[in-house]
Amino acid sequence: MKKSLKSFTKHYLNYSVIGAILIVFSIISLVSPMKTSMVFLFQQITVAVIMALSLSLVVGFLGELSLGHAGFMSIGAYLGGKIALVIIEAGDLKSSNILVFIVAVLVGAACAALCGFIVGFAALRLRGDYLAIVTLAFGEIVRVIFTHSDPESFGGALGLKSPSFGMKETFVLVIIGILLILFTLFVIQNLLRSKAGRAITAIRDNEIAAKATGINVTKHKLMVFVISAAFAGVAGVLFSYANSPVKADTFDYNYSIEILVMVVLGGMGSINGSIISAVLITVLNNRLTTILTGDNAVFKDLFYAVILILIVIYNNAPGLKGFREKYNLKNFMNKILKKKHDPSEITNDAARWDVVPTKIEMNEVLSTDIVVDKVGRGDDSADIRERGGNK
Amino acid sequence: MAKFIDSVKKYVKDLFPQKIQRKTIESDYVLETENLGISFGGLKAVQSVNLKIKKNEIYGLVGPNGAGKTTVFNLLTGVYQPTEGTFYLSGEEFRGLPQEQTNHKGIARTFQNIRLFNNMSVVRNVMVGLHNQDEYKCTVLESVLRLPRHFRIEKKMRERAKELLDIFGLKEERNNLACNLPYGKQRKLEIARALATNPKLLLLDEPAAGMNPNETEDLMDTIRLIRDKFDMTILLIEHDLKFVSGLCDRITVLNFGTVLAEGTAEEALNDPEVVKAYIGN
Repeated sequence: MKKSLKSFTKHYLNYSVIGAILIVFSIISLVSPMKTSMVFLFQQITVAVIMALSLSLVVGFLGELSLGHAGFMSIGAYLGGKIALVIIEAGDLKSSNILVFIVAVLVGAACAALCGFIVGFAALRLRGDYLAIVTLAFGEIVRVIFTHSDPESFGGALGLKSPSFGMKETFVLVIIGILLILFTLFVIQNLLRSKAGRAITAIRDNEIAAKATGINVTKHKLMVFVISAAFAGVAGVLFSYANSPVKADTFDYNYSIEILVMVVLGGMGSINGSIISAVLITVLNNRLTTILTGDNAVFKDLFYAVILILIVIYNNAPGLKGFREKYNLKNFMNKILKKKHDPSEITNDAARWDVVPTKIEMNEVLSTDIVVDKVGRGDDSADIRERGGNK
Repeated sequence: MAKFIDSVKKYVKDLFPQKIQRKTIESDYVLETENLGISFGGLKAVQSVNLKIKKNEIYGLVGPNGAGKTTVFNLLTGVYQPTEGTFYLSGEEFRGLPQEQTNHKGIARTFQNIRLFNNMSVVRNVMVGLHNQDEYKCTVLESVLRLPRHFRIEKKMRERAKELLDIFGLKEERNNLACNLPYGKQRKLEIARALATNPKLLLLDEPAAGMNPNETEDLMDTIRLIRDKFDMTILLIEHDLKFVSGLCDRITVLNFGTVLAEGTAEEALNDPEVVKAYIGN
């Protein structure tokens, strides 16, 4: 019984929480309609969560930095939205129905995946900072292309008039968004908890060893990049349905960074962390925009930045280590479940392959005694020799 | 403009490496190198190395620092491509194969400075090694949709990994993170991972580096065990001459990228040239 509970929390907890939110949300919306601003916030959250999930695949699990993720999203938003409009016009429909939406999602995902393939094919031979710069450039190129596109077809600088379901009940889009989150979660989580996921994390941990163990590094990197881009495209289509008009300027560098912040704050390589931090940051952003109006609007970015800095300090400052260990979510949950502290469980938990140690744990891993040990025994100059630098 | 087109052509050519005509020869040896050599610019790092390793043999590669031993390993595993000569594994030419292909076709290696997948558990480290074998084939789509085959394969892989870990005495620690293992066990885990790829030839790069005498003894037993149990051929680099003479059937001594002597450990290590290289006149 206990074991099955543990396996349930490990595999299905996030599905059930999101499913519960979906049910609660639908009931509330049906009984008493929410304010439009509230529904809009929920729409933003669904888009942000899908984006954070898809980026965490590249940044958290593959270990490559991509700064152009908004570019893939805007491709999904523009091309998916456009195809929906075309179908609506051709079919003489008044507004989009669910079938048109599905077609739009598929087309948006496919186009974004194609772009992901092209960018990945050319850029994944670079690594680290260089890949980040190429993806950054890609995002900007896409933005500029759509801004200067033909006003007749893509709306140019004014933005694309986006399709809609033509209903008063805007909350339907939120429900669709949550279903899409569940789908994204299903694909990404299953991908990572499989053979391919193991290969991906192996590449992140040690690319040289992965190659020597027979993992096809290029193939796996490309696969992750394409899947991630496809889900960014899905988020883009959802975005185009929620916002009218779709402006290319929305998907700028800042937006890419915002998603990256979600992934990093959620903990690199943690799926649930990415979801939670995507929700929190979107709410924070939205609240700040609503509270600070008029002349105070200039302070929005300032407060946002200060809050982010505080979160980072809380997460990483060595001085707060004791405080963190005392008051964290896990202890809180244990208190509720009346669980006794069991040291063996912690070691088991640490062995969870899909969770990278937090910064603090990393610091412990990299603490001086081990480093000295490694240098003393392993001979670091061997690294240089292996690359042929000294020869 | 023409220059630009040339550079694009070169880039595309790099993306699709051209097929090298590889030949097969009749050979009684597991590994046979033929004048193997590489130069970086004008520097000849390794030249005309001729190794002939029989099946089930433990073969040693020794030499002073910078003699080119690890470079030979890098040539054999496809990290570098030889600029001269070629080499055969069971008569099949391997020159020009990329690293992962070399591994698929039967050469596995360990590294001088341990390279494990530190943030993964011990058993998953070994399971990565099993990734490419035909009996554990499972497409990404099957895994994502959680078809029955996915679960079957996962279970099979885990069982096999456990078996391998059991041989190395690591079964108890299979759920620990690889980086939390003590040094000697990390070495063993690296060897287990290499063996999981089901190689014909195992390359060990300084397996006894940084070990105390007890651990070294233990490692010698382990290597013999691997040879007997897996019917394996092993080529190893080592500085510890006691280790080499106690373990290796035959050795080759390298210095400045060339072969100084070869033969049984006793013969080769007593060769006047070798003594000169190690101790001086």
